[in-house]
Amino acid sequence: MSHPEAISDDLYREIILDHYTCPRHKGHLETATHRLEGVNPSCGDMVELDLEVRDGRVVEVGFVGEGCSISMASASMLAESVRGQTLDQVRLLADTFKARLLTKGGIPEPPEGVDIGELEALDGVRAYPVRIKCALLAWNTLLEAIENER
Amino acid sequence: MEISVQGRPSIQAARQDFPILDQEIGGHPVTFLDSASSAQKPRQVMQAVRSFEETSYANIHRGLYWLSEEATRLYEEARETVAGFLGVEDVPTLLFTRGTTESLNLLAYTWGERNLGEGDEIALPVMEHHSNLVPWQQLAFRKGARLRWIEINPDGTLDQDSLAAALDRRPKLFTFTWVSNVFGTINPVRELADRAHAAGATVILDGAQGVPHLPTRVEDLGVDFLAFSGHKMLAPTGIGVLWGRRELLETMPPFHYGGSMISTVRRDRSSWDVLPNRFEAGTPNISGAIGLAAACRYLDALGMEAVRDHDQDLLAYAFEQLASLEGLEVFGPEDLAGRSCVVSFRFRNIHPHDLATLLAREGVCVRAGHHCCQPLMREIGMMGTTRASFYVYNNREDVDRLVQALDKAGRLFSGVKCKP
Ligand SMILES: Cc1ncc(COP(=O)(O)O)c(C=O)c1O
Repeated sequence: MSHPEAISDDLYREIILDHYTCPRHKGHLETATHRLEGVNPSCGDMVELDLEVRDGRVVEVGFVGEGCSISMASASMLAESVRGQTLDQVRLLADTFKARLLTKGGIPEPPEGVDIGELEALDGVRAYPVRIKCALLAWNTLLEAIENER
Repeated sequence: MEISVQGRPSIQAARQDFPILDQEIGGHPVTFLDSASSAQKPRQVMQAVRSFEETSYANIHRGLYWLSEEATRLYEEARETVAGFLGVEDVPTLLFTRGTTESLNLLAYTWGERNLGEGDEIALPVMEHHSNLVPWQQLAFRKGARLRWIEINPDGTLDQDSLAAALDRRPKLFTFTWVSNVFGTINPVRELADRAHAAGATVILDGAQGVPHLPTRVEDLGVDFLAFSGHKMLAPTGIGVLWGRRELLETMPPFHYGGSMISTVRRDRSSWDVLPNRFEAGTPNISGAIGLAAACRYLDALGMEAVRDHDQDLLAYAFEQLASLEGLEVFGPEDLAGRSCVVSFRFRNIHPHDLATLLAREGVCVRAGHHCCQPLMREIGMMGTTRASFYVYNNREDVDRLVQALDKAGRLFSGVKCKP
């Protein structure tokens, strides 16, 4: 069976499928200074996030997890985008990304100096309210993991 | 009842009786494949409820005016209809409840509280739905009793060794599902009930997935109690049944206390009414009972043998069509005669929630997740499955649309190749 039309998709963008199929930074870090597990009880998705933080900077990231393409792609994109960033930058990026998915109406402009980059690919999730928590799982876990680092 | 074809509704024409299927959602026809969760209702059931509410509604019992007498008569007539559908001769042993979950809790809190003690065992398969699991787990905590698990084979049938081992320990209770809501496995009820009885156990059957799909004669089942829900068999939500053997029901304490279940109430003591009132405290779901009776009449008119044949036909067709999809693995028994039309599957590396979302966009309604069977999911090493289930209104086109939507989802997800 085949349908000739190319599939383009608002939710399952190519970048998302790519991160899901070929996750970056997958696996635990032996050098982790922070490790936290996050779960979405309603769907069973789980992510375990490892961070190596040195001098206020995330120098290495790893994750393992189980879940849908949205939650796993989001974790993989998180790993890529926070690696090398200071904790302040990480927090700002996480808050910006969360606001992007959670703000009703239009998408808010990112603050000065925040580059949302590939994460823009997850904008499609805004149209699927039950899936927003999938995209946020890793990010909420990240914020919790570094909560006490000031 | 409305007549569809040659004097009686037929399965082929049944779909026309379900108005909800006669619409498009998001530009797609509704392909409803989630009946194991809750079934759609035919016009005949909705009309029965509506006409009752438009002409005869009032509270039942004790009313001295025509409407209340009529409502009482119709409510008790509904009980007789449902009893007839199940071959229950002792009609007051058929209790109306809110559904399977309430029926099973009723048993845990009455039969269980009265009959289970420290060290006693409750045998149950790991395939049980949470509603036939958590009430017993919690009862076991309260009583110091033990759960004895019956394991399953990879094909979703009961493991004979662990079944024999569980029964050897002479459990007080053996509770199990007729049909697995994940695998579709039909458990051999009569054989299991006889063996459990021989081991001295009381036998409870969760009929939530069985009664809607398989011809049911309670005496042939050989169990002591049968629980099921109306909403999985074309009736409204909030109505279900607990049937039990009279000699057991009569020795059980009441579950809920209050109006309608008493004989006399003094300031310091009360006594209880006879069956069924003793277990139907408060104002029951009168309209729901009327609806359930209408659903039984509808299914009776189709004929449960015909329902079973229709299920088998769709199941065979679904297996054949799904086999055309590379990387699709169906869980549960391979022998179709041993299964009901619940089809859980895994499709390549696509997570069930992604799959359900993608299918939904093609108008295909399936369920994804743990299906209220977390211990079972752990057992098969899955976080969840995608599940399609069929009923009287489904046809081969529904299967075709499922397969097309799966194919499309598969192509979307297999477009990506990782760089080395
Ligand atoms: C096997 C089984 N048992 C029990 C239940 C619970 O039924 P209800 O939610 O109607 O009480 C279900 C429903 O999903 C079921 O499939």
